[in-house]
Amino acid sequence: MTVPVHLRHDETFVLNLGPQHPATHGVLRVKLTMDGEYIVKAEPVLGYIHRMHEKMAENGTFAQFMPNTARMDYLHALAFNHGWALVVEKAAGIEVPERAEYIRVITVELNRIASHLLWWAAFLLDLGGFTPLLYAFDDREKIIDLLERVTGSRLTYCYLRFGGVYNDIDDEFVAGTRDFIKRLRGRMPRLYHDLVTHNIILIKRIKDIGFVTAEQCRRYGATGPVARGSGIDYDIRKNEPYSVYPEFDFDVPVFTEGDSMARYMVRMHEMEQSMRIIEQALDKLPGGPVMGKAPKVLKPEAGYYYSAVETARGSLGHRLVCNGDKNPYKLKLRSPTFSNLSLFGEVAEGMLLADALAFMGSLDLVIPEIDR
Amino acid sequence: MGLVEQTQAALAELFPEPALPAAPAGEGDQEAPPRQAGVVVTDAARHGSHLDVLCRPDQVVAVARVLDQDGYFLEAISGVDWLDKGQFEVIYDYNRLGDEHCRVTVRALVDRNEPAVPTISGVFPAADWHERETFDFYGIRFQDHPNLIRILLPEDADFHPLRKDYMP
Repeated sequence: MTVPVHLRHDETFVLNLGPQHPATHGVLRVKLTMDGEYIVKAEPVLGYIHRMHEKMAENGTFAQFMPNTARMDYLHALAFNHGWALVVEKAAGIEVPERAEYIRVITVELNRIASHLLWWAAFLLDLGGFTPLLYAFDDREKIIDLLERVTGSRLTYCYLRFGGVYNDIDDEFVAGTRDFIKRLRGRMPRLYHDLVTHNIILIKRIKDIGFVTAEQCRRYGATGPVARGSGIDYDIRKNEPYSVYPEFDFDVPVFTEGDSMARYMVRMHEMEQSMRIIEQALDKLPGGPVMGKAPKVLKPEAGYYYSAVETARGSLGHRLVCNGDKNPYKLKLRSPTFSNLSLFGEVAEGMLLADALAFMGSLDLVIPEIDR
Repeated sequence: MGLVEQTQAALAELFPEPALPAAPAGEGDQEAPPRQAGVVVTDAARHGSHLDVLCRPDQVVAVARVLDQDGYFLEAISGVDWLDKGQFEVIYDYNRLGDEHCRVTVRALVDRNEPAVPTISGVFPAADWHERETFDFYGIRFQDHPNLIRILLPEDADFHPLRKDYMP
C-alpha cells in the first residue's frame, strides 16, 4: 500500500548529495535543503578523505613530507611539490640552479595542462557529454607519458628536491614536449572549441548560471580560475613571482562575467598560456646541474615562513613554523579549493539542483586537497 | 605612501600603548627580549610576509575590520601549540587579490588551558571554515562562532590531534 505524500507549499525536504555521488568527484557530501527543485540551503560536509597530512609533516623530516604533497592535489601534484620545495628553500636558504628552475617550470606547466584537461573531461561528463572525455584523455595521456619519462611516476609525482629536481630532462623529452604542444594546438580549435565551447547545449547549461562576484571571492578567499572568472586579475605567477616565471612572456586570462562559462573560458585560455611558457622555457633552457648544494639534514632557523604558488585551482599557501629542529614544528596547508568551495553555500542558494551541479563542476574541486 | 606603509599606519592606531607585555613564544632567539604587541615590518623575501602583527586575542576582530576595509582577504587561519610555554598561538594570514601586493600576518597568543579567541567570521565569512578547522585540530574555541562544530574529523571525535601532547 502506498501512502500519498502531501507536501505543503512552504514545506522543504533534505536531500543528501554524496558522499558517494559521481558529480562530487570523490567523497564530498552536500546537505541540501530543497524546496522542490530549488535549493534553499546548501551545506558542504567535509572530511570523508581526511588523512591528517599536517600531523604527518610534524612527525617526519622536511624531505620525508615531499611524497605527501602529491597525494593532496593529485591532479596538479607537481605544483604541490613546488610549493613545499619553495617554502623549505626559503626557510633554509637553499639556492636552486637555473636549469632546475626551468625544468620545474616546464614540468609544472605540463602538469597544469593535464589538470585542466582532466577537469574539462570530468566537467563535461557531469553535464552529460561523454565524447569530450575521450579526446581530453588522449591528450592528457601524452603529457603523462612525458612526465613519466623524467619523474618516474604518472600521477603522484615526487620529483622536486630541495635545491633542484631529481632527474634531468633529455632531448627526447624536449622533442616530445614540442610535438605535444603542436598536436594540442592543432586539436584545440576543432575538437575542443568547435565541438564543445561553441556547443549550444553547453552554453545553455553554463552561461549566465552560477554567478560569483568579485566581492564574494574576496570575502571567501577564492583564488585561481574562480577569482579570474569574476574579473579579478590575480595570479601568483605574476603578482608575487617565484621561480623563473618573470622571465617568460605570458598573459593572465581574466573574464569579468563571473558565471560558470567565464570560469570555463579562463581554464581553456590558461592551457594556451601554459604552452607559451613551456615553449619559451624550452627555447631558453640553460645547461648546468639540476641539483644545487643542499645539506642532508635540514635544520632551518626558527621562525615563521609563508610561501605561495599558483596551482591549477588557485593559491596554495604553506604556513611553516620552525623551531630550529629537523622536522617542521607546524605546517598549515592553505589549499585553494577549501576556500573556493566555502562560497558554494552562498552562491547555490535559490539555484536549481541541476544548475548547482554544473556550478560545482565549474569550481574544479579536488576533494583530497580540501580534506588533506 | 606605499600600501605596506598605509596598512602599517592603519593597524598601528589599534596599538596606542606599544609596551603591552607579550610572551616570547615562537621567537627564534630565546635570549632576545620578548616581542612587544604591535606592528612590525618583516623581510618578505625571507619570511613571505610584509607585516607582522602581534595582538591580544580581544583585538583580532578590530584588526580584521581594518584589513577588511583596506580590501584584504583572509588566506588561512592556523594554530600552533607552544606546549612548553603553555600557550596556543592563532595565526591569521591576510593578502590582497591583485593590484599592489602586501601580506599581513596577525598572531595572537592564548592560554593553553582556556583557549578562546573571538570569531572573525562576522567580518570574513572565509574564517568560518578555517576557525572550525582550528577548533577541530587544537580545541581552540572561537567565541560567537555561528556553527563551531568539527569539520574534517568525525563528528563524534573527542580529541584534538595537532596538540603536541596528543597520543593516538
